[in-house]
Amino acid sequence: MSTTVAPEVRPSDETRADAASARRTPRRTRRHRNSPLRPRKSVAFTLMMSIFVIYSLVPLAWLVINATKTQSGLVSSFGLWFDDDFVLFQNIWETLTYRDGIFVRWFGNTLLYVVLGAGGATLLATLAGYGLAKFRFTGRRAIFAVVLGAIAVPGTALAVPTFLMFSQLGLTNTPWAIIIPSLISPFGLYLIWVYAVDSVPTELLEAARMDGAGEFRTFFTISIRLLAPGIVTVLLFTVVATWNNYFLPLIMLSDPTWYPLTVGLNQWNAQATGVGAQPIYNLVITGSLLTIIPIVVAFLGLQRFWQSGLSAGSVKQ
Amino acid sequence: MTTTSPPTQLAAPTEPRARRSRTRNRSEWKGLAFVAPFLIVFLLVFIAPVVYSVYLSLFREQLIGGNAFVGLDNYLALLADPQFWEGFGRVVLFLLVQVPIMLGLALVAALAIDSARLHASGFFRIVIFLPYAVPAVVAVLMWGFIYGDNFGLAANLNDWLGSEVVTPFARNWILVSIGNIVTWEFVGYNMLIFYSALRVIPTDLYEAAELDGAGPMRVITGIKLPALRGAIVIATIFSIIGSFQLFNEPNILRTLAPNIITTYFTPNMYAYNLSFAGQQYNASATVAIVMGLITAVIAYVVQLRGSRKEER
Repeated sequence: MSTTVAPEVRPSDETRADAASARRTPRRTRRHRNSPLRPRKSVAFTLMMSIFVIYSLVPLAWLVINATKTQSGLVSSFGLWFDDDFVLFQNIWETLTYRDGIFVRWFGNTLLYVVLGAGGATLLATLAGYGLAKFRFTGRRAIFAVVLGAIAVPGTALAVPTFLMFSQLGLTNTPWAIIIPSLISPFGLYLIWVYAVDSVPTELLEAARMDGAGEFRTFFTISIRLLAPGIVTVLLFTVVATWNNYFLPLIMLSDPTWYPLTVGLNQWNAQATGVGAQPIYNLVITGSLLTIIPIVVAFLGLQRFWQSGLSAGSVKQ
Repeated sequence: MTTTSPPTQLAAPTEPRARRSRTRNRSEWKGLAFVAPFLIVFLLVFIAPVVYSVYLSLFREQLIGGNAFVGLDNYLALLADPQFWEGFGRVVLFLLVQVPIMLGLALVAALAIDSARLHASGFFRIVIFLPYAVPAVVAVLMWGFIYGDNFGLAANLNDWLGSEVVTPFARNWILVSIGNIVTWEFVGYNMLIFYSALRVIPTDLYEAAELDGAGPMRVITGIKLPALRGAIVIATIFSIIGSFQLFNEPNILRTLAPNIITTYFTPNMYAYNLSFAGQQYNASATVAIVMGLITAVIAYVVQLRGSRKEER
């Protein structure tokens, strides 16, 4: 890297704003603790970056607005504003009761796959990541290399043979066909491994050993608490992956009563085309909204934990 | 398991640093015990299917003689298959255009949020990351409706303009439309990878830069970007894998644009349709193996290049 780049000259209006705010608060205390040069906040820059926020939110706003419209209102009104008749609650009711409440069934299936799949994946990844980080044993390097290599294996390379294998075992069209493959998260293992190296002091483990505590007891009483932010981060990612899983259930399940929400919604969408088409776009849209609400809530609710996980992992000094 | 007083009380670092062989022997099987549950399931759902895939790709269902070993015939047939190459070319094009745009945007967002010049940077971080939580199916349905001529924003825009200007489902635009959906889904995820890497930069580096009178741009080029190298390599590898695996978005959009999106639009869709529509499991497994090999080789090359630069 060259070392001759001249320091950037700031735009004049920002400099003036900086000077003004500096005059008002002569000595700024460490308000922006992590900021490199303690720069002042800029309204112009914030507005410019708002394009990202708008881009992220417009489709979601579209979804919310259009979940309040009737099937005919969808066509006749402008996409980013409300129609005259507001039928959100009728839409929700219709979504939940359509075909004897199949949507509720799909919702329950998704929950089942998330609790067992993502929960199990987090547990296995945590145990294994911790084991790889804190113990020296033969084959450790090899295991790590194989698991990391597994991140690069494309989904279909596995999906088709997994399907064939599972059908020989009689597991297709059962919840196990979704849960068992969800139990493995190579990326989760990697995260915990990296996290455990720094956050669980080896001296602490050795002290516990000296004290005669078994390894698993030490793990479940001490290490798991130190790993908590990392675990929540992995849990978040595995929950998102399982909640959003589409390809695997699409292949494994042919019986709609075991569908998760994702496959079910797409089936509703597909039913609008073809012979004997029955467009129920208002239900597809409302169903989509209902599908993302729990995951978004979980996401925002866990925010404090996973963000502390990220920053705790980053405090190295 | 023995019961003792809470071991936390003994946390004082009186333990000598030297590692003794007794500890090593102990940890030999204890460590394996921690890894074993993962490894067993991993063997079942990762290793076994890969082995089975390789097996399938070496056999072929024949009219006479049933399932017969054919050596590399399936591979030769695939390499001569124009439908496979069409799909492959499409994902390579997608990779070369969409991935740099997405990672560039993610980098800008991460640097902006880390710069401390944004008001409400926490809000920015969570909102930009939010689409990652939206299931691919819902994301594609949403964007698909927005693109649509029926009740989408594209239709509204065309009505307003009085002509068919915006046609996301046209043959020339479909890949751009898919690229937009993928970018929307994953910008925040990559932003978060970059942002976490930026947070690990020790503050004394910044203090040193400040003493040297370095401006914000100089800090970015001199400190932040070099520190991001590892994260960029990781994000690039994940994006390459994602591009080669492209399936959900085109497959779901197929309902809305059945004439444009073929059954062999991407290699992954080809593999899926070969086995689930055509029952050609051997050919399907061959596609999967070939794509797996190509992905692994490219990911490896990217990693090598990335780490070599890091050492310099």
